[in-house]
Amino acid sequence: MASHKTYEESIRDVYKGLALLAVVTLIEVFISLLGKGHIGVDLSGSGIVLGIIALALIGLSIYKAYFIIYEFMHMRYEVKGLALSVLLPTLLLVWAIIAFFQEGNSWKERREDIKKREMSEPVSPQGVLEADVFVPELG
Amino acid sequence: MAEHETNVLEHTDTAGAWDGGKEPFKASYGKLMMWYFLLSDAFTFAGFLISYGALRFSSPTWPVPDFVFSTAPFGIHGMPLIFVTIMSFLLIISSVTMVRAVQEGHRENKNGVVFWMLLTVLGGAGFLSCQAWEWTNLIGTEHMTVSRNPFGTHTESGIYLNPDGSESDEVFEAGETYLLHKAGASHGEEEHAFEATPGEYKGYVVNEEGFIQRKFKVTEGVDPGAVKVQPVWHKAFGALFFFITGFHGFHVLSGVVFLLIILINAASGLYVKRKNGYEMVEKIGLYWHFVDLVWVFVFLVFYLL
Repeated sequence: MASHKTYEESIRDVYKGLALLAVVTLIEVFISLLGKGHIGVDLSGSGIVLGIIALALIGLSIYKAYFIIYEFMHMRYEVKGLALSVLLPTLLLVWAIIAFFQEGNSWKERREDIKKREMSEPVSPQGVLEADVFVPELG
Repeated sequence: MAEHETNVLEHTDTAGAWDGGKEPFKASYGKLMMWYFLLSDAFTFAGFLISYGALRFSSPTWPVPDFVFSTAPFGIHGMPLIFVTIMSFLLIISSVTMVRAVQEGHRENKNGVVFWMLLTVLGGAGFLSCQAWEWTNLIGTEHMTVSRNPFGTHTESGIYLNPDGSESDEVFEAGETYLLHKAGASHGEEEHAFEATPGEYKGYVVNEEGFIQRKFKVTEGVDPGAVKVQPVWHKAFGALFFFITGFHGFHVLSGVVFLLIILINAASGLYVKRKNGYEMVEKIGLYWHFVDLVWVFVFLVFYLL
């Protein structure tokens, strides 16, 4: 356990941790509002900036998760095997998240393709009745 | 939890080793199993978050969170993310008080453990109260339920029509989120004469469920000049929101209950007799930090992104 630190030192570390998490959370909220155009300049038009903001938010959240697991949950002071047996399986989750987000994106692209095709080539020579226009079921 | 307790008692009797003479990973049985329980719980939460992400990615638009979550108690409107930031701080602070409780436990300081655990319980209860308010507002005022989502986002820019069919001066841009109001309910300045019976009217449509879908003229988009009706989007939004935040809230609730049980046990002097540095407090601490950890990601995907 945290026996290599004195009592006073470990208390100070806890409040440092609180300040750190609070500051990171405030930065996250600030970045998020900045990206949505609530603070200062309106960035909502440019895709690259929004992408960077999303990455920054994800990165900061992962940092918070790391800090909670390693400091608050004392993973730093556990045996390496324990840490690996808990953390390695979460790599499966990372894989699943990437795979399914791509899959979701591909659903969207397929729907758009179908919509475009339906609009550009009338199906029947009589023309398309309005009721027959394909409207994808969303959500 | 009760099972863990008896196991711990048995194993501390055999000099700390689990029966084989050596503790795997130098951890007690209860602590190691708590880690693995949390790992399995992480998979459950990830399943929820993956379905959320896949559906969000598959949709051309999504309700903008700063619009959806911009209300706070005491009549505060249009303050994006403020209330949910307060909720996050409550969880972070209660996590810190939990760390303090564990530290006092290592020093076998009973009063310290009880004091800091009490603060942790208060933090958890505060979070739950905030969530109760948030849900009440979403369900009661904004009419969002598991199967119904009144929020939508424009894919085109345009101008709303007045109820009588003439053009109004309310302009909107693509990407803006709107809330469909219930016909018949009064919404402050929105008190135009909207009919309450379902059907199509000059400037709006009242759908089967009684929501007003306003008509608008497209100014910029696929076909400018066309008059369209605000669509009902993303049916899954309500279900995803209530199931994910509800599952997390249920974890907080169970955490508060277990914290209270262990708090009472600690106050009664039960853990003093065990002489293992209040290991039970450490185990519920692991669970409590995990609840905070999950919130980091719920906060990220539902409110920040």
